[in-house]
Amino acid sequence: MAEAHKSEFSNPLVNWIDTRLPIFTMMQKEYGTFPTPKNFNYFWNFGALATVSLVIMIVTGIFLAMNYQPNAQLAFDSVQHIMRDVNYGWLIRYIHQNGASMFFITVYIHIFRGMYYGSYKSPRELLWMLGVVILLLMMATAFMGYVLPWGQMSYWGATVITNLFSAFPIVGKPIVTFLWGGYSVSNPTLNRFFSLHYLLPFVLVGVVFLHVAALHVVGSNNPLGIDVKSPQDTVPFHPYYTVKDSVGLCVFFLVYAILVFFAPNFLGDVNNFIPANPLQTPADIVPEWYLLPYYAILRSVPNKLLGVCMMFGSILILFVLPWLDTSKVRSARFRPIYRQIIWVWLAAVIVLGVCGAHKPEGIWVVLARIGTLYYFLHFLVILPILGKLERPLPLPESISRPVIVGGGPMPSGATAKPMEKA
Amino acid sequence: MGIMRSSLVAIALTALAAPALAQEEAPTPPSQHWSFQGPFGSLDLASAQRGFQVYSEVCSVCHSLEYLHYRDLRGIGLSADQIKAIAASVTVPQGLDDNGDPKEGPATPADQFKVPYPLPNPLQIGVTHTNEKADRAAHNGALPPDLTLIVNARENGPNYVYAVLTGYADAPASFKLMEGMNYNKFFPGHQIAMPQPLHDDQVTYADGTKATVEQMSHDVVTFLAWAANPEMVQRKQMGWRWVLFFLVMAGLTYAVKRKVWADVH
Repeated sequence: MAEAHKSEFSNPLVNWIDTRLPIFTMMQKEYGTFPTPKNFNYFWNFGALATVSLVIMIVTGIFLAMNYQPNAQLAFDSVQHIMRDVNYGWLIRYIHQNGASMFFITVYIHIFRGMYYGSYKSPRELLWMLGVVILLLMMATAFMGYVLPWGQMSYWGATVITNLFSAFPIVGKPIVTFLWGGYSVSNPTLNRFFSLHYLLPFVLVGVVFLHVAALHVVGSNNPLGIDVKSPQDTVPFHPYYTVKDSVGLCVFFLVYAILVFFAPNFLGDVNNFIPANPLQTPADIVPEWYLLPYYAILRSVPNKLLGVCMMFGSILILFVLPWLDTSKVRSARFRPIYRQIIWVWLAAVIVLGVCGAHKPEGIWVVLARIGTLYYFLHFLVILPILGKLERPLPLPESISRPVIVGGGPMPSGATAKPMEKA
Repeated sequence: MGIMRSSLVAIALTALAAPALAQEEAPTPPSQHWSFQGPFGSLDLASAQRGFQVYSEVCSVCHSLEYLHYRDLRGIGLSADQIKAIAASVTVPQGLDDNGDPKEGPATPADQFKVPYPLPNPLQIGVTHTNEKADRAAHNGALPPDLTLIVNARENGPNYVYAVLTGYADAPASFKLMEGMNYNKFFPGHQIAMPQPLHDDQVTYADGTKATVEQMSHDVVTFLAWAANPEMVQRKQMGWRWVLFFLVMAGLTYAVKRKVWADVH
C-alpha cells in the first residue's frame, strides 16, 4: 500500500480532506509558497487578468444562455428581451460583450510580453505553444459568439468567414456546407455555433490548466530573461504576487467598468442593431477589432486561397517561433537590435488592424501589403538571421545580483537579502 | 477606432438607403446638444415625454417600436395611471376569441407597443413583428424601419436622426429626383421615400412649448434615444459607483502592495 499523504494543515477538516485528496497541499505549493522570480514588472499581471476574464465570460455567458434563444426567428428578439426585461440583463450582456474585448486586449499584451522578454524560448516552448492553442480557441469562440445576437454584422460576418474555407480545393465547398448545416448561414448554423460557443470555453479552461501546469513545471520567465539561480532570486507567490496581481486587477476592472457603463457599444458595430437580413448585404463587412489584423492579411493577398493560407499562417507561425528565433538570449533588454525591431513588428500589426477596418482600396491596399510582408519577414527572415548577427549585452549574473554594465535600470548596489516567508 | 467608425458610417448609411441608391457620402450631421450625452448625461424627461407625444401622434402611423411595452414608459417619468390610460386608448390584437376569430381590445401596460402593420399570425411569443409586405404595399415599396433601436443602429445616431428630420429641402435644380421620392440634405443619396414628417405646430404640447420642427425633432430623438437604451440613466449612475470603488480599491491595493514588498530588494 502506498504511503498515505501526510497533511500539515492544522484545521482537522482540511487535514482530513487533504490527507485523502491533497488539494490544499497542491494549492499551497502552486499558489502559496510557489517560488516566483522577484523581479516581475506589471506586464506579468496579464496572465492572471486573462484567467479572470475567462471566468467572467463563462459566468456571464451561463446567465445569458438562460435567457437567450438560439433560433434564427427569436435570437435578435431574445437579446432585446435580455437587455430590457431580464433583471440586470443589460449589465450581464454588456459585461459579456465588452468582456470579449477585455479578454483579447489582456491576452494580446500577455503575448507581446512573452515576445519582448523571450518567454517562448527553451525550456518554455510547449508552454508557449499551448498559449497559441488558447489564442486559436479564443478566436473561434469569439467569432461564434459574435454570430449569436443575429444582427446584420453577425450574419454577414459569419457568411464571410465561413466562406473562407471554400477556398480550399475539393474539400472546401463540402466543409462550408458542413459548417453551415445547409446551403447558407441559417438556423442550423446558429444552433451549432451556439452549441460550440458554449462548449469551447470549457475546452479553453482545460488548455489554460495545461498552460499553467506547464508554467509551474518550468517556472516563470522574468524581465531579465535569465534563469533563477538561487532561492534569493525568488519570492513566494503569496503574498507578493497575489497582491501585485490584485493591483493590476483593480486597474483592469476600472477600465472594464468605464467601457461597460459609459461606452458599452463603443467597440461594437452599429449594423448589429439591425436584425439579420439575408437579402441585404452591408456595404462593408468588418470583424470585431481584435480580428482586424488577420482580416487585413487575408485581404492583402489577391489570391483567395493564398490569402486564407496566409491569414491562418500568421497565427500558426507563432507555433514555431521558439525555433525561428535563433538567439539564446531571452530578454529584449539585452538584445539591442531586437528591442527595437519588436516595436516595428507591433507597429506593423497595428497598421494591419487599421487597414482591416478600411475598404481595401487605394492606400489601404498598399499599407496592408507592406504590413503583411513585414509581419512574415519579421518571423521568417529577421529573427533567424538576427539571432546569429546580433551582439547581445552581457547578462547579469543572477536576478538578485544584476550588477553588470548596461544591465538595465536595476540599482547597481542592490544586495540580496534572504526572503522572509510571510 | 475613429478610422474604423468613419468607414462604418458608409455601411450604416447604405443599409438605410435600401433599395440601393448611389453610394454617396452624405454630409456629416451637425452635433446637437443632448441631455443624455457624456458620462454625466441623464434624460430630459420633459423632452422625452414630448417626444413620446410626437411619436404617438406622427411617427407611429408608419413606424413601429417593437421592443417597447407600455409599462416601459415609467422610464420617461410617466405614472402608473398615466400609462394605464395611454395603453387603454390603444386598440391592439388580443389573439383569438372562442370562435377562433381575431379579437381586439384595449391594451394594458403589459402589452407591446402597437405595431402599425402586424403579422396576421405571429409565430413569436413576445414580440409582434411588422408584416413587411403589407407595410411596403402601403408605402410605395418603402419599408418604414422599426425605431426602437434606430439611434443605436446609425453612426452618430442622435445627430443623424435629428439631421434627417430637419434636413428636408427643395432639391437643387441639377438634382434628378425619382418619382415619389423626397430630397433630404442628410439622407445618404439625398433621396428618401418618407415625405417630410414634421411641420411647425403639428402637435400641441401640453406644457406650452412651441412645436417647431427643430423642437419636435429634438424631443423625438430624446425619446428614441431612451427607447434604444432604456437602461442608460441607471447604467451611468451605477457606473460612477463602480468606477469610484475600483479607484479606491486600486489605491488601497497599491498601498498594501508597497507595504508587502517593502522588504524585498
